Amino acid sequence: MLEEFISNLHPVLAIFVRIICFSGIAIMFVPIQVWWERRLLGWMQDRVGPNRVGPFGLLQPVADAIKLFLKEDHVPSGVDKFIYYLAPILAFLPAFALGGTMPWAPAEGLYGLLTPVADINIGVLYVLAISSLGSYGVVLAGYAGNNKYSLLGGLRASAQLISYELAMTVSLAAIILVTGSLRMSEVVSYQTGPLWGIFPYIQNWNLLTPTGLVAGVIFFICAIAETNRAPFDLPEAESELIGGYHTEYSSFKFGLFFLSEYAARFVFSGVFATIFLGGYNMLPVRWDILAVDFPGWSEWFYFMHSANYWLSPVAFIAKCFLGFTVFVWVRATLPRLRYDQLMSIGWKSLLPAAVANFIVVAVWIMVTNLYGMIAGYASLVVSAIILLVLYLNIKAVGFNESTSTKRRIKMAKFNLKENEESN
Amino acid sequence: MQGREILFIVLSLVACFAGLGVVLAKHPIKSALSLVVNMFSIAFLYFTLEANMLGITQIMVYVGAIMVLFLFVVMLLNIGSDRSGMKILDLKLVPAILIALLMFSLISFQVLYPLFGMQYPVADEGFGSPEAIGKSLFSQYVLPFEVASVLLLVGIVGAILLARRKA
Repeated sequence: MLEEFISNLHPVLAIFVRIICFSGIAIMFVPIQVWWERRLLGWMQDRVGPNRVGPFGLLQPVADAIKLFLKEDHVPSGVDKFIYYLAPILAFLPAFALGGTMPWAPAEGLYGLLTPVADINIGVLYVLAISSLGSYGVVLAGYAGNNKYSLLGGLRASAQLISYELAMTVSLAAIILVTGSLRMSEVVSYQTGPLWGIFPYIQNWNLLTPTGLVAGVIFFICAIAETNRAPFDLPEAESELIGGYHTEYSSFKFGLFFLSEYAARFVFSGVFATIFLGGYNMLPVRWDILAVDFPGWSEWFYFMHSANYWLSPVAFIAKCFLGFTVFVWVRATLPRLRYDQLMSIGWKSLLPAAVANFIVVAVWIMVTNLYGMIAGYASLVVSAIILLVLYLNIKAVGFNESTSTKRRIKMAKFNLKENEESN
Repeated sequence: MQGREILFIVLSLVACFAGLGVVLAKHPIKSALSLVVNMFSIAFLYFTLEANMLGITQIMVYVGAIMVLFLFVVMLLNIGSDRSGMKILDLKLVPAILIALLMFSLISFQVLYPLFGMQYPVADEGFGSPEAIGKSLFSQYVLPFEVASVLLLVGIVGAILLARRKA
């Protein structure tokens, strides 16, 4: 019924339906995310969090939004009007456009008509291109404010985004090498294969493979930096820069920045889930293969297989929320970085690690093609040992020694005995 | 007129006006932004020709990286708008316009003449796909490709050298 209706629509209208299916959900989840973040942060920091408006404080985001819209829309004097109005829009659009190639369900049946917006053969590159556009809104907002603090925030943001984009690109390049395709749907379907080519019943999620794990961790750190989240929230470090790039924005224009930041987090979690966490698949289990191999249980396995299909949007949103929860967790755990530390992590740690991972993946694939699977895994182990030895040697030589002073803040230790020993 | 032709005309008009904006805008930030719009519309022209890879590379490299750096530098130096301005009547304008016209006619002769009488070009299936570009980069054009990467390496080493000398 619904299937027929959508497939009979004019192609342009069908694309509109797909866009609304994606961005409507992304925008609707923003208030839920705000509530979830504040409550979770409260729990992690041993306080209550918003609990007055509605049950469990669930209506707090609504109250915040109403407050935001009713505030005076103040435009400071001496700003460049055109750029001042343009910047929030430019910040808002890429956050949603990022999900343009992201499939949130299998491309079969009804879901195939609804997602993704465009299954182009350069989906991963599209994600990188759009995520690099996100810096325009921030940079121009910082410039248009006609305020030295917002200008500093904008400058910091652009330097940070350029630095972390490189590591992100190289970490994704390793995944592209493994998958052999830039199409997002093929990245997902590759992950439904047997794990490491050995275990027939478990799916090969990229986060479960050794090289994919390295790439995934690097990608996630870069995603935190790209979305200006703590501990990488230097562009809006309130102790130094007031509000950073959005200091001079009020009311709805500030609301747009706020909204786009949360949406970007949600969509980045979605991209992470698609590329590293098996996309829309619920569990890393290959139900259809299990059903063929164990005929006694086949009915139940087939039921799970179809449940995996019908519940795929739920599984995908759950994974997005998992990613967002990790964002909040990191924010609650780590203090803000200093600026030179931010740069040295990006350029001296993440980028070399991503490049080394890329080379290891290339060697692994080449050896596997030439000498078979076992030799391929042996090459992985050998290259890991070589990298470890190299790393230790570089440390011993003191090549990595930084000229800057070390961080003086230390995490609190809860083990009293250890504390006494160190004192 | 077909939809494609309308799209082409709109996109190329946007590209032309943005290109004019680069030259005519008084403020360097607005000039840089017009260049961004120009590159964007050219990327969309590539998309209409089914050259998705080329278009997305255009956005990723030029719009996403190089223009952000441009804006960064303009903001860092905090260059204001050009108040000195150019006098409308200036003798230097005559040779400037002449040379510009000459260059324009040369380029348009080179580019447009072979296209004369051509219908809407349609590429083969799979032309310009990532696989095809990768294959030609690493077989037919492997030497220029590697030379370009060596050039980039030289650039990186030079940048490090300059940064080290200051410290």
